[in-house]
Amino acid sequence: MVTRARPSRARPLWVACALGVLAASMLAGLLDGAADISPWQVVLQVADWLPFGHVDSGLAPVEQGLLFELRLPRVLVAAVVGGLLAVAGAAYQGVFRNPLADPYLLGAAAGAGLATTAAIVLLPSSAASIPLAAFVGALGGVFLAYTLGNTAGRAGGTATLVLAGVAVTSFLTAIQTFVQQFNVEELQRVYAWILGDVGGGWEQLWLVLPYAAVSSVVLLLHGRMLDVLSVGDEEAAGLGVRAARVRFTVLLAASLATAAAVAVSGLIGFVGIVVPHVVRRLAGGSYRIVLPLSLIGGAAFLVLADLVARTVLAPAELPIGVVTMFVGAPFFVGVLRMTRRAVT
Amino acid sequence: MIRAQDVSVRLGEREVLSGVGLHVRRGEWTAVIGPNGAGKSTLLKALMGLVRHRGEILLDSRPAATLKPRARARLVAYAPQAPALPPEMTVFDYALLGRTPYIPYLGRESAHDREVTESVLDRLDLGELAMRRVGELSGGERQRVVLARALAQEAPVLLLDEPTTALDLGHQQQVLELVDRLRRADGLTVVTTLHDLTVAGLYADALLLLAGGRAVAAGEPSQVLTEEAVGRHFDAHVKIEPGPDGRPVVHLVRGGP
Ligand SMILES: Nc1ncnc2c1ncn2[C@@H]1O[C@H](COP(=O)(O)OP(=O)(O)OP(=O)(O)O)[C@@H](O)[C@H]1O
Ligand SMILES: [Mg+2]
Repeated sequence: MVTRARPSRARPLWVACALGVLAASMLAGLLDGAADISPWQVVLQVADWLPFGHVDSGLAPVEQGLLFELRLPRVLVAAVVGGLLAVAGAAYQGVFRNPLADPYLLGAAAGAGLATTAAIVLLPSSAASIPLAAFVGALGGVFLAYTLGNTAGRAGGTATLVLAGVAVTSFLTAIQTFVQQFNVEELQRVYAWILGDVGGGWEQLWLVLPYAAVSSVVLLLHGRMLDVLSVGDEEAAGLGVRAARVRFTVLLAASLATAAAVAVSGLIGFVGIVVPHVVRRLAGGSYRIVLPLSLIGGAAFLVLADLVARTVLAPAELPIGVVTMFVGAPFFVGVLRMTRRAVT
Repeated sequence: MIRAQDVSVRLGEREVLSGVGLHVRRGEWTAVIGPNGAGKSTLLKALMGLVRHRGEILLDSRPAATLKPRARARLVAYAPQAPALPPEMTVFDYALLGRTPYIPYLGRESAHDREVTESVLDRLDLGELAMRRVGELSGGERQRVVLARALAQEAPVLLLDEPTTALDLGHQQQVLELVDRLRRADGLTVVTTLHDLTVAGLYADALLLLAGGRAVAAGEPSQVLTEEAVGRHFDAHVKIEPGPDGRPVVHLVRGGP
């Protein structure tokens, strides 16, 4: 007898495994190689922070403060940003039916880059303006690309959208480069921002959380619809689905997620492509699997990347964007090789 | 069930269909035949509302243009000639897509949707393949999977664009017999394009011969399939004889034209 056929869905076992990996990464992120704190103490301390009562972890107030004020927000921001970038990447790949699409495809990165450069140059003393500038810039870039793509081609067609994204990206990047050339002294800060940083503290977390919640819920709900889109606009129409509308909604949510992530952490590359692919290879290609597992997997990935960024050259810190690419690329190749299939 | 009048379609600069009419009663099977590029696929797409067209199309006595996409998808199922098959998707998931018009926008499929999908797969000999990836299938298996998706849609009207081109003789017969059974049992209305004229004449109640975007003949198989018409429009040299059941059998003749 053949095994009973089931529709693809994120199975509880997979979700549990992914959550386990995430929890372990976060624990490692909190520990951060500190010799005098044991993992168990951190667990107890986390339990103590939870609003269910008091647990004595045996940690000194200074250690508690270090964990609570520095490491915990850092780990949480890394998790949220990683999850957002990965789920947004998966969504972009679904919308464009292209496995190489990433969350920056439609000009989000270029828009944020230009706006942040402008903010750094024009308001050099106000660090608080950077997240806002990045957020507005990212959404502005996507809006520009989307409007351009839809007026230039058939409403909602994907090919023209991608081309519009390319055009907007190079245009905005050109302006950004131009602005930078005239403000060389700020170059360092611009690059530091571009390469990413998740060490902003609780403030950053509260900034990103509302957008993170809304956009991930919307995206997770669209898993089945993205599967329908994978047969193409025309056949989706034959199934009673207006592809352009689905695409608009998903792009809106994914771009919001990207903009929120970019606002608090700069341009962290590779997460949006690598994580969905690893999930696809390991668990299956349906977006009902890829979206939720990318969210969790992306969170774990970035927490670990941040841990590496903090520890390899301690006390100096590597930019997290460098780590994601440096660690991500070989890891990705490894997964590709491990799951190699006969490709015709 | 389907009444199309004066349907014209422009694609780019070209008038691909001009003034085509089609009338199919409930439970009838009409085969659209014609040479490559005649506009057969375009006619099906127009019926499906997938290309802009002029002229009037009534589906179940309702103007097709006024139907909402989901309502239309519950009324008409369509299997394209060159479907896009996401290679990573499982056969079951792909066939389940046919249930889309019944599943709430952000909802998930019901047990009934799964049962329908499963039984359609079984009927098409695909039960064993259900958990395989679509990209790993043979051409004929793929074609049956696409058909499964269309049948899972459980629509009273079935539009099939070349449903049997890649199938071996046995599966060809199986698919056509299945469609024929469904038509008799559930009163499905069927429109297919078919390149095999003998097969078209064997299964269809009526043929519509398109050439150069125009309907050049329509009616019972024996009226449409004449040596003269096939010779002229297909540019082929054939001999047509009545088969055992009186339906026309088309033979190629060597050495022509
Ligand atoms: N998007 C398009 N733009 C311009 N012309 C098109 C387009 N699609 C199809 N055509 C043309 O329309 C004509 C009819 O195409 P159609 O696909 O309907 O033919 P067909 O009868 O199904 O042919 P076949 O037997 O080869 O499947 C062809 O000449 C084709 O080149
Ligand atoms: Mg065709």
